[in-house]
Amino acid sequence: MTNSWNDIKNADLILVMGGNAAEAHPVGFKWVIEAMQHRKARLISVDPRFNRTSAVADIYAPIRNGSDIAFLGGVINWLLTNDKIHHDYVKFNTDATFLTKPDFKFENGFFSGYDEAKRKYDKSTWGYQLDENGYVKVDDSMQDPLCVYQQLKKHYSRYTPEMVSRICGTPQDKFIKICEMLGEMSAPDKTSTILYALGWTQHTVGSQNIRTMAMIQLLLGNMGRPGGGVNALRGHSNVQGVTDMNAYAEVFSGYMAAPTDADAEYASFLAKRTPKPMRPNQFNYWSNFPRFWVSLMKAYYGAAATAENNFCYDWVPKLEGGFDVMHIFELMHQGKMNGFICQGFNPLGSVPNKNKLSAALSKLKYLVSIDPLETETSEFWQNYGPFNDVKPEDIKTEVFRLPSACFAEEEGSFTNSSRVLIWKEKAIDPPGEAMVDSEIVARLFVRLREMYAKEGGTFPDPIAGMDWSYVLPNTPTSAELLREINGRAIGDVLAPPNPNDPTAPRAVLVKAGQQLPGFAMLRDDGSTSCGNWLYSGCWSEAGNNTARRDLSDPTGWGVYPGFGFSWPANRRIMYNRASADKDGKPWAPNKKYEYWNGKVWTGADVPDMLPTAAPEIGMGSFIMTPEGVARLHAIGMAEGPFPEHYEPFETPIGVNPLHPDNPKAISNPAARVFKSDMDAFGKKEEFPYAATTYRLTEHFHYWTKHAKLNAIVQPEAFVEISEELAKEKGIQHGDSVKVSSNRGHVVTKAVVTKRIKPWDVNGQKVHLVGIPFHWGFKGQTKTGYLSNTLAPFVGDANSQTPEFKAFLVNIERV
Amino acid sequence: MDMNRRQFFRVSSAGLIGSSLVAMGFSPTAALAETRNYKLARSTVARSTCPYCSVSCGMLIYTLGDKAKNVTSKVIHVEGDPDNPVSRGTLCPKGAGVMDMINAPTRVKYPEVREAGSKEWKRISWDEALTRIAKHMKADRDANFVQKNEAGTTVNRWTTTSFLICSSSSNESSYLSVKVARSLGMVGIDTQARV
Repeated sequence: MTNSWNDIKNADLILVMGGNAAEAHPVGFKWVIEAMQHRKARLISVDPRFNRTSAVADIYAPIRNGSDIAFLGGVINWLLTNDKIHHDYVKFNTDATFLTKPDFKFENGFFSGYDEAKRKYDKSTWGYQLDENGYVKVDDSMQDPLCVYQQLKKHYSRYTPEMVSRICGTPQDKFIKICEMLGEMSAPDKTSTILYALGWTQHTVGSQNIRTMAMIQLLLGNMGRPGGGVNALRGHSNVQGVTDMNAYAEVFSGYMAAPTDADAEYASFLAKRTPKPMRPNQFNYWSNFPRFWVSLMKAYYGAAATAENNFCYDWVPKLEGGFDVMHIFELMHQGKMNGFICQGFNPLGSVPNKNKLSAALSKLKYLVSIDPLETETSEFWQNYGPFNDVKPEDIKTEVFRLPSACFAEEEGSFTNSSRVLIWKEKAIDPPGEAMVDSEIVARLFVRLREMYAKEGGTFPDPIAGMDWSYVLPNTPTSAELLREINGRAIGDVLAPPNPNDPTAPRAVLVKAGQQLPGFAMLRDDGSTSCGNWLYSGCWSEAGNNTARRDLSDPTGWGVYPGFGFSWPANRRIMYNRASADKDGKPWAPNKKYEYWNGKVWTGADVPDMLPTAAPEIGMGSFIMTPEGVARLHAIGMAEGPFPEHYEPFETPIGVNPLHPDNPKAISNPAARVFKSDMDAFGKKEEFPYAATTYRLTEHFHYWTKHAKLNAIVQPEAFVEISEELAKEKGIQHGDSVKVSSNRGHVVTKAVVTKRIKPWDVNGQKVHLVGIPFHWGFKGQTKTGYLSNTLAPFVGDANSQTPEFKAFLVNIERV
Repeated sequence: MDMNRRQFFRVSSAGLIGSSLVAMGFSPTAALAETRNYKLARSTVARSTCPYCSVSCGMLIYTLGDKAKNVTSKVIHVEGDPDNPVSRGTLCPKGAGVMDMINAPTRVKYPEVREAGSKEWKRISWDEALTRIAKHMKADRDANFVQKNEAGTTVNRWTTTSFLICSSSSNESSYLSVKVARSLGMVGIDTQARV
């Protein structure tokens, strides 16, 4: 979330789309109700199902799953056509005035530079025109046909209300009503927010779904302002924390792009990741990359990391190719993976295509499950009749199951969806011989290190050299680790040299051995260590700031500056410089948040700006980009700088109505598809119904089925279908049905409901089969099939998040 | 006069009025007249955070057991923490059932192994489990670690064992898992956040 749970109460309008907060995040949703009751905020729900968020909304619009960009692109077109944008905000805070390159094109479903064989774009024609100083050329009048504003207008002119309705199945009057409601939010004294979740991410165009909405928020002037923002309602309790710690192949702690085979030289590795400003006088915060990187290496390798050895750059693994979870399973399936460690993760249920996953796990030499619960993954080799029909004797994988503590059995911090770290206390000891996760990993590492010390082995240097100066090497405490994450001064941290007197003694800002107060103190000379620059400040010399429990909210905006610690720098609303206009004045008296007081930036929150940068110098609000503004035209995206509607890989209409003559532009042309999976896609002739998966309010993933209370309230698997489809297929409420895709089938119960209705899409009727996904063959509920059996093994072109929210099935009564 | 609670009620219900009992000099001690005291009064409370979704509601976890060495504490009650500014004391149906997850019969309590081709789990010691896993990892790493790629660039990576890291354990645990995985040269690292 760019804003926070509490900040939802400040919104004038709330759009819930690509999510169902009332059921999936019920307690967070009460801030929506707070806004509706106390400031007459209105709620819009756009969803394939009439869900419980829709039930309390002012307006509900149905939408076919997988067509969100068509809908949102239509909103952009409506806002631009009717001039309902916040002009001053857009000019100051976005790249609308920037000139794009003259060769940039979009034709017949492809942007310029498409390479069909590689399924990739050459992006050399994308991006901005630069002048002789390396700065972007702009046209403040926004009349130049090459400026981003005009390009945007042209791109989305095809997204007419008729086209939106044709693709999405949304009635035109509902769509236009929603556009009008959103358009009102372009007024400076109004802000609106968007709450989304996996309904947007789990698509082959997932990242672009979110980007389209972010563009709308920029056009309406809602970013960085109270009651605004783009708010991802995240999944697990600490999924934000593990994301920030970057347990990903492609990034290191604090979103630092991992070195690849192309980064043979340390200097060029740093240079590539340390951008130069693209407009005059910009903060360009990523220019600090070397400070963040070197401090991380000091946290990893301690005294072994020196300037002479480039801070152990050679020890850092270089990435080549994808290693996201689907790619890991693909490699496993090809027999290229020998070992697999699953910590608190049940991939047999949560990655698509269970049959492929099961075959892949069977090819491993060893599997290690570290989990508090008996997961399906840890028993993939066991025969559970039709639910897991395998022959144990044929599966040669050695499987270890290690008991880990659950949340109540360890102390430590979780980071919630609002980026706030909150410390929790330990309530009880783990049962039996279970241990906390960090102890299991530590003991395993210490044992490996001993084996390498005794026996030698391949490249033992980083194992021997890793900094492991924990008081008890087998049991590093959460307090020790959080202090390491925050960072400390190894030597004295000195002030920069005085430019007028370079030889004068430099002031000591932080003494050697002290905890750092924040990331501004990080240095690239090895005098600081920091496990995650974004979290720096969480455990300063003042102590554990994540354990603070001050409930005061001095300004009434719901900031709670003394409760826990919000990254970055305890800032609760990101990009909050944008809550003031170009001159540093609040956009409207009722939305006064951060502002320039004549000397410094101040207000309700920690300013997201160089505190002393006077508005006159023109430093932009989006300090993390080298251009200082937010991007409507983003070349970082795999499938194009402007989001375009592409159909799901399994489409119920078999055509992209925007590009009916180009069969190669039906689905995302830049999405990665493995060869065997291309063949496993189903066609609408055999599997005519659109399907999506979702959660129920009583269950959380495959986890709560182990809890008796939750098993009592939702005991058995089911799918939901409309009355119309039930009639067509002769299915009664409560019947057993077989739902099948091109990858397998599940047998389950049918719930026939008015909450689902067929859509009129592109001249045909499209039905939805809704699949709540909480059941499996372990736990307290009735045993059932793992629903991921049905889903296709393909993901978003940028994030590789699987397409669970739009695929094709058939349904029959059994 | 001394009597237990049940006798006291029996005497009372026999038609004698409490005050007259006292008047006759039969005064039951105050403690005996009380109903059984609340378990919560003897419990210890820990401030925690719900493990399920990312609203991260504040939770108060009540345990019984005085923390003495030979006493095993047990969670007896969980309720929302009113002093959390986001959840303000509320829990949803998921969080409200969390005690049954903590005490679930399907909790793993001991290290176990399923040997190749076997149909069952076998309990093993931590020492055996960690030694066997470490041997597997070392054998795989030593055999398949790539120090240089075909172009001769130093890449120092281990591609044949992967690690999926938990999204509901603490930041500190996540950090340590990543640190260990990177130092071993692993590139196959991912988490539930992707999915």
